[in-house]
Amino acid sequence: MVPKDLHYSKEHEWVRIEGGVAIVGITDFAAEQLGDIVFVELPDIGRTVAQGEPVGVIESVKAVSDLFCPVAGDIVEVNGELAGRPELLNTDPFGSGWLLRVTTSDKGDIDRLLDAAAYEALTATA
Amino acid sequence: MAPDTDTPLTTPLEDRHRALGARMVEFGGWMMPLQYGGILEEHRAVRARAGVFDLSHMGELYVEGADAASGLAYAVTTDPVSLKVGRAHYSMICFPDGGILDDLIIYRLAEERFLIVANAGNSGAVSDALAQRLTGRDAVLDDRSLETAMVAIQGPLAAGVLAPLTDVALDQLRYYGIAEGHVAGAQALVARTGYTGEDGFEVIVDGSSAVTIWDALLDAGRSSGVVPAGLGARDTLRLEAGMPLYGNELGPRTTPYQAGLGRVVKLERTGDFVGRAALEKAHADGPRELLVGLILRGRGIARHGYEVFAEDRRVGVVTSGTMSPTLGDAIAMAYVPPSLAEPGTIVSVQIRDQRVPAEVVPLPFYRRQA
Repeated sequence: MVPKDLHYSKEHEWVRIEGGVAIVGITDFAAEQLGDIVFVELPDIGRTVAQGEPVGVIESVKAVSDLFCPVAGDIVEVNGELAGRPELLNTDPFGSGWLLRVTTSDKGDIDRLLDAAAYEALTATA
Repeated sequence: MAPDTDTPLTTPLEDRHRALGARMVEFGGWMMPLQYGGILEEHRAVRARAGVFDLSHMGELYVEGADAASGLAYAVTTDPVSLKVGRAHYSMICFPDGGILDDLIIYRLAEERFLIVANAGNSGAVSDALAQRLTGRDAVLDDRSLETAMVAIQGPLAAGVLAPLTDVALDQLRYYGIAEGHVAGAQALVARTGYTGEDGFEVIVDGSSAVTIWDALLDAGRSSGVVPAGLGARDTLRLEAGMPLYGNELGPRTTPYQAGLGRVVKLERTGDFVGRAALEKAHADGPRELLVGLILRGRGIARHGYEVFAEDRRVGVVTSGTMSPTLGDAIAMAYVPPSLAEPGTIVSVQIRDQRVPAEVVPLPFYRRQA
């Protein structure tokens, strides 16, 4: 079950719109597939990114995985707590394991993402 | 024996792994459990308590006959003639040019009977090489890799969990010893060997007894927190213990000297063995590169294949790397020139677009308290 009020990318990121800012994380499906996450590399604050641009790296014990920013905009905050506690991505991926805050101007970006039902259908066949 | 088809082999414990919810991966021609609950949890369980591993993918080759010892002495770099019955040693089988064909554990089961345990992906090549190198001698090679299962229990609680299940006197079985007996009623070889840096045992049985042994060990250990552990934890455990993995630290273009394992090449013994001339030259010339331990001093994890730099010169390559669950640091093994192999030397590892500083440290990263 994934939260109904979020938007999802095919690369397993989620987006929550909160007061004009997009909060970005990865789904529990992604975290589960990666396994125990032990390292997170996040972008510099102030960077302007395009939709789908690689902005960071998430590493589990076994695997290295790119993080793609699911919306275009300016990075205004990253979750600094993950540097010391990367396991939050496994234990609370939709909450305290959030990754980025991005100011987003283009409503079209959100329209190009999946809703919860479509994302669940995607992971059911994965 | 290596599989002839592209379809991976399955071990007798396949159904057990699936029932435990294991994530399965292909490794060395076999479908094997990568992890059950999670690599970190399994790793920590082995360090603190014990883990049970399915190692049925490993190759088991028996050599028997009046010339078994002398024939093996020609085939490998160590001296199996000097091995006592009931003892084992770590060994290598090399190509004529001194490159490593595989690393092995050789157990002497009787005066004229040996067990050789080879890596899954190499067991076919080892079997072929042994058959060729034993030709004309009174020594019969019996490759029982497909029929034989191996279940290991590794960790500080291993002896306590295994003891009530076996008639083998574990208190008299020293490190690198092996004894025949029974485990959970099944005929078994019990060896005090492993690949985790912990005390532990490897139980070698006919495949038909694998489920009995597996269930017995997990049942006996459950109340004290013993868990099944997969290949993921096996890899992080061996890396912390500074143990090489064929395909990463060892390969056909590596000599035992480069890997820091010159002690397994017994040049002082008389008699020829395959690779001897090349290894004598390699020993005299000295290695062009050496295997070292690295601890990263910046943010990042060094992985297999990442390049190592010193003052903007590419000087080597990372062979294995991970975030060490025990140390909490990113650790790696890498080949570097001898001039950079001294502990305390600072090099850097290219991680994506960054060069992250790393310190050369002595191996192993982790040593259990005696």
